[in-house]
Amino acid sequence: MTNKAVIQVENMVKKFGNFTANDNLNFEVYEGEIFGFLGANGAGKTTALRILCGLSLPTRGKISVAGYDVYRHREKIKKNIGYMSQKFSLYEDLKVYENIRYYAGIYGLSRGYIKERTDQLLDKLGLEHVRNKLIQDLPLGWKQKLAFSVAVFHNPSIVFLDEPTGGVDPITRRQFWNLIYDASEDGITVFVTTHYMDEAEYCDRVSIMDLGKIEAIGSPDELKNNYQASNMDEVFLKIARKEKV
Amino acid sequence: MTAVEIRNISKSYEEIKALDDISFDVNQGEIFGLIGPDGSGKTSLFRILTTLLLPNTGTATIMGYDVVSDFKKIRQIIGYMPGRFSLYQDLTVEENMSFYATVFGTTINENYDLVKDIYQHIEPFRTRRAGKLSGGMKQKLALSCALIHKPEVLMLDEPTTGVDAVSRKEFWDMLLGLKEKGITIMVSTPYMDEAGKCDRVGLIQEGRMMSIDTPGMIRESFEFELYAVRSDDMYRLIKDLESSSLVRSVFLFGHYVHVTLQAGDKADKGLLNFLENRDHRNITIKKIPPEIEDCFMELMTKEN
Repeated sequence: MTNKAVIQVENMVKKFGNFTANDNLNFEVYEGEIFGFLGANGAGKTTALRILCGLSLPTRGKISVAGYDVYRHREKIKKNIGYMSQKFSLYEDLKVYENIRYYAGIYGLSRGYIKERTDQLLDKLGLEHVRNKLIQDLPLGWKQKLAFSVAVFHNPSIVFLDEPTGGVDPITRRQFWNLIYDASEDGITVFVTTHYMDEAEYCDRVSIMDLGKIEAIGSPDELKNNYQASNMDEVFLKIARKEKV
Repeated sequence: MTAVEIRNISKSYEEIKALDDISFDVNQGEIFGLIGPDGSGKTSLFRILTTLLLPNTGTATIMGYDVVSDFKKIRQIIGYMPGRFSLYQDLTVEENMSFYATVFGTTINENYDLVKDIYQHIEPFRTRRAGKLSGGMKQKLALSCALIHKPEVLMLDEPTTGVDAVSRKEFWDMLLGLKEKGITIMVSTPYMDEAGKCDRVGLIQEGRMMSIDTPGMIRESFEFELYAVRSDDMYRLIKDLESSSLVRSVFLFGHYVHVTLQAGDKADKGLLNFLENRDHRNITIKKIPPEIEDCFMELMTKEN
């Protein structure tokens, strides 16, 4: 982890009509950091995530991702980030190797490079034997590990993970975090949302959103100290306990 | 008395075995938790018990009624909240409630007492369409609708999945309230930390029940000394622990790593020496009682 900010957010506001989904957000994410982006349902996480990925424009604010401005260089941002979510990650009716080839191809990687990296990747994940299987025939845990590896295949500077471990068995969930740690060691910045509070502890820093605002930001140890809590679950409950509609 | 009796239930979808010879009882008035990840067979079992799916083999009864031959009777005495939100999105909160009450030949007023504590949270928004509610509110409406005909047994399939930690806690408080009123509750969840709220739990993985007991007894049956370990460099700590011949299992657990050791090894000497030799700073090693998640992973490892 370095002190170089790869995501810079100043006074970010996003409104939908009268509703303010993101209410003046300010934060930075540093190179190589694992940054946990937490909040209750409806707190505004997905809205912010979509802006940072170049999928939606903010109402106002100064925001740069991987060195590119979110108003002017959204296509550049998309080239330099990776993304995976719980809901959609890979094409169910394509084979394992076809999914890898497809995503790598979108990012303009060469055939030879894709072939070589695919072998390495499947070997590392222990999935060589399912290379020719359809995604729909794989267990959820394998899919998610594969989806993560595909999301970082083009060596993005930042990878965005939206609830990547929802519903995954506890052993696979931990193997997934080992992949995240490996990526972080390789210098990839990881921006992750989760409802598992034990996973918040695995992050270098976390922010906690409530009603469109960032209510707290810091390392898990700092937050636990500030809120006099023994774990992140307690911190979360203290910040986001208000009833949502 | 037994509220739900399940005997040797198996279910396959073509070559995939979703449920493999499942047998257990749910006692009347208890909260029984079915704990397991996606794809472990939880929903198939719920669909069989709620008479929506036929098993290949085996039998099950609810309050003495057979899930195949007495399906009409069962539908009257159970309340079911499926995993996917399945209320009418374009009806309002109140219209959904009235609809479900009418289907069961009752009214909101008749059973208001039972749903009051839950319905009160959403009643201020009774003219809002269900599709416009937040996740936590939808969940409360779905629970209210499942309760409106005063069921004897409540079947809740992953009611807290994708719900934030605050709403999850509130939801469990509501279930404890319903238990007080004498309703038998069978609930499934992928969140291991929710096991502690149940009277008894079944740990399910790949269609098989790995263990059925009280949360306390499941923890007690963990056969190994468990240690929570941390140092300043957690990434390197995991790699080092995984490479050590002293170590039997290594799992990340919040801001600690949970470790069991090979037979005969002692954490205070061997493990501490090993980590000091690898230049770890600020090492903590402490013996801890296992959590349900530790037990689940141990059982998973054993099955494989």
